[in-house]
Amino acid sequence: MRYPRTMKHYPLTKHLRLLCAALSLFAAGAGAGAAELRIGLSGEVTSLDPQYLAAQPNLTVARHVFESLTDVDPQTRLIPGLAERWRAIDATTWEFNLRRGVKFHDGSPLTADDVAFSLARPLSIKGSPGGFAAYVRAVASTTVVDANTLRVKTKYPYGALPEDLNSILIVSKKHAQNAGPEDFDSGRALVGTGPYKFLRYQRGDRLELTRNEQWWGKAPAWDKVTLRILPADPSRTAALLSGELDVIEHVPSADIKNINKNNKLHVTQTTSWRTILLHLDQYRAQPPGVSDLNGKPLSANPFMDLRVRRAMSKAINRQAIAERVMEGLALPAANVVSPGVFGYSALKTEAHDPEGAKRLLTEAGYPNGFRVTLAGPNNRYINDEQVLQTVAQLLTRIGIQTRVEAAPMSAFLGRVRKEEISFALLGWGSFAADLSLRSLVATPNADKGYGAWNWGRYNNPKVEKLMEQALGSVDRSKRETLARDASAMAMQDLAFIPLHHQVVSWAMRANLAYVPRTDEFTFAHHFTPR
Amino acid sequence: MLRRLAWSAATLLVMSLLVFAGVYAIGNPVELLINPQADQAEIARATALLGLDRPLWEQYWMFFRGALGGDLGVSFAASVPAITLILERMPATLELALAAMLIAVGIGIPLGLLAGLRPHSWLARTIMTLSTLGFALPTFWVGLLLIMVFSVQLGWLPTTGRGATVDVFGIPLSIFTADGLRHLLLPATTLALFKLALLVRLTRAGTQDAMLQDYVRYARAKGLSECAVVRSHVMPNILIPIVTVAGLELGSLIAFAIVTETVFAWPGMGKLLIDSINVLDRPVIVAYLLATVSLFILINLLVDLLYAVLDPRVQAGDAR
Repeated sequence: MRYPRTMKHYPLTKHLRLLCAALSLFAAGAGAGAAELRIGLSGEVTSLDPQYLAAQPNLTVARHVFESLTDVDPQTRLIPGLAERWRAIDATTWEFNLRRGVKFHDGSPLTADDVAFSLARPLSIKGSPGGFAAYVRAVASTTVVDANTLRVKTKYPYGALPEDLNSILIVSKKHAQNAGPEDFDSGRALVGTGPYKFLRYQRGDRLELTRNEQWWGKAPAWDKVTLRILPADPSRTAALLSGELDVIEHVPSADIKNINKNNKLHVTQTTSWRTILLHLDQYRAQPPGVSDLNGKPLSANPFMDLRVRRAMSKAINRQAIAERVMEGLALPAANVVSPGVFGYSALKTEAHDPEGAKRLLTEAGYPNGFRVTLAGPNNRYINDEQVLQTVAQLLTRIGIQTRVEAAPMSAFLGRVRKEEISFALLGWGSFAADLSLRSLVATPNADKGYGAWNWGRYNNPKVEKLMEQALGSVDRSKRETLARDASAMAMQDLAFIPLHHQVVSWAMRANLAYVPRTDEFTFAHHFTPR
Repeated sequence: MLRRLAWSAATLLVMSLLVFAGVYAIGNPVELLINPQADQAEIARATALLGLDRPLWEQYWMFFRGALGGDLGVSFAASVPAITLILERMPATLELALAAMLIAVGIGIPLGLLAGLRPHSWLARTIMTLSTLGFALPTFWVGLLLIMVFSVQLGWLPTTGRGATVDVFGIPLSIFTADGLRHLLLPATTLALFKLALLVRLTRAGTQDAMLQDYVRYARAKGLSECAVVRSHVMPNILIPIVTVAGLELGSLIAFAIVTETVFAWPGMGKLLIDSINVLDRPVIVAYLLATVSLFILINLLVDLLYAVLDPRVQAGDAR
């Protein structure tokens, strides 16, 4: 086609070129800024109020919008959060220095007033079955020294205050003061300091967030984040495989192999803080479900004999459970907390030794074994029912005939509280060994708040003394040594039988990277393109 | 009509009593939801604040008083009124159930008719075999299979979730958007399968029966075409049992869309029920069951009214 090169065409072409250049710049700009991340969560979010219910799904979404004074790195070490630094001025006084220049999503500055308000608010929330009051239990009073400094006085020397305060998310006093649950769920009161701002929420379906451009931290890579709620394992995996999601958390163990084979996706995992353990009744002479081989009650409680507990621990083949039953999603455990957690020490895992176990049983006076009933949940932990069945079979092999009673967590906990259980499975996650010991191993004491989950009512004054010293020590390194010693002592005495630490996994597109977190949290702002 | 209302009220009362007692017997939701760091004092305090330490009859009485005034309690897990949660999710479930019903009726009745008109043809035999599969295959499995084939492998349809919604009289419905229909297709088909099979069988049996009746022979003798015979004589007569079943099944579709909603992450009432049962969120469980029982009652009423329209011999009401 002939193109007449007349003067009147030239300006048009020039304009066209400029227009194209402008359009392409615009398109490039739009493309670069429109990065979206779609995450599939595995738990049901019940409320957007960050201080109503301390459930992991609620905290996962809340931590995108809100932050706390202290933060936790992927290996569960405490790092500065909204507080740049903190120190214990004396045994019962702590001073927190807030980061300067932090603003809430509405532009107002973060002040110590907001922090003081946020620390007091959990106690005023009535009607929550699982609130945050426990985390501020030790706090006697808070004093606002100036806009960026807060002093917290504790009721007794308490070294774990920074850990506890990690769970209290800081809300804006102005917005949260008279806010009810509908205000949070509709987004009106959802004003925090975090890397993401509220956009839209459809209960039971998804939460949409947009990037907070004024955030004090390193700018997250994602403009928009969609957190979709998909508790059914196969559905979550299917959504990832079809490309509808970029990331899923808690990959079902059966799907990990297939996802790894798919070169468009990959899996990252790490040891979780969750330890699966077996509690043994150590206080009743005739624990329920325990009898001799003919069904008659025994003359004494076999679990109170350390040799019997050790025999049971030896009978369990933790390696086989980790490899076959957990399909690699477990690390055999010997300690109260997972590797890397505050107070951890590498104790020797009990080796699988059925012969040694039988010898110990005979030594303890049970050459033919006895009968027990093992109870546990079937819908709470990874492959929990299969773990129960396997442990039962392994124990039966050394002569302890074990019956399994698995039930949904709700029913199982009901029976535990009615004290109908003598041998049970529990999963426990913590980022400090002394805190774990306080709940799992300290003698139950309602006044002090000890042993709320010490179902076996294990009682060891020496362990308890070390644990109390650890908790009361505001010197962090001294506290860590004491916590380590207390855990080692508790495990030496088999306060409970540790089975394994779970492994937590995420599956995502091959061009995404995530540093896997021991505390199992999924944070959009920590995903980076690669 | 009055007797019917009295019966309905009695049903609701008994239902609420049963649910209350049942959930109470399982355990304390505080134990389940309490944060692990809490101690015994905290657990006791939370339990007392929720009124869960009072005896069963007292808890029921408090609920009853509230229910009479329209307050069905506040969800433990979400701290919003239970009825709000139910009503928020009801449109999604109704949408799913109606879509499933349309699929079941729209495909089931014609297929059943075909199978009944020519009972010994290969077409009829294929239809009957497929209907057996529809009964036998579990919903969960079928749903996952459909997701794997149509979403993951072929990529034609989305895997889970509900599509974009438009507000119709203030109620968000996704049935009127193209995106919504795409999301609705797989879950509705999964849910419809069992009812489809049922309707095929029922229609076939009814058709076969009707074809042997005198009035059909008479109509043919009169000179009517086969098509007209089927349309004017066979169909109206077989519709009564079908309407009964369809009506009852609609209620059960609504109530038991639980499995489909879980597989497809459809944000409906059924999924809410399962989650609430898992955490013993009693107000929501009770509210859900009362809502469902009321729906059942309403649907039965409508079915009875429809009878009167279809069969002039039946009078609506309790004429004896």
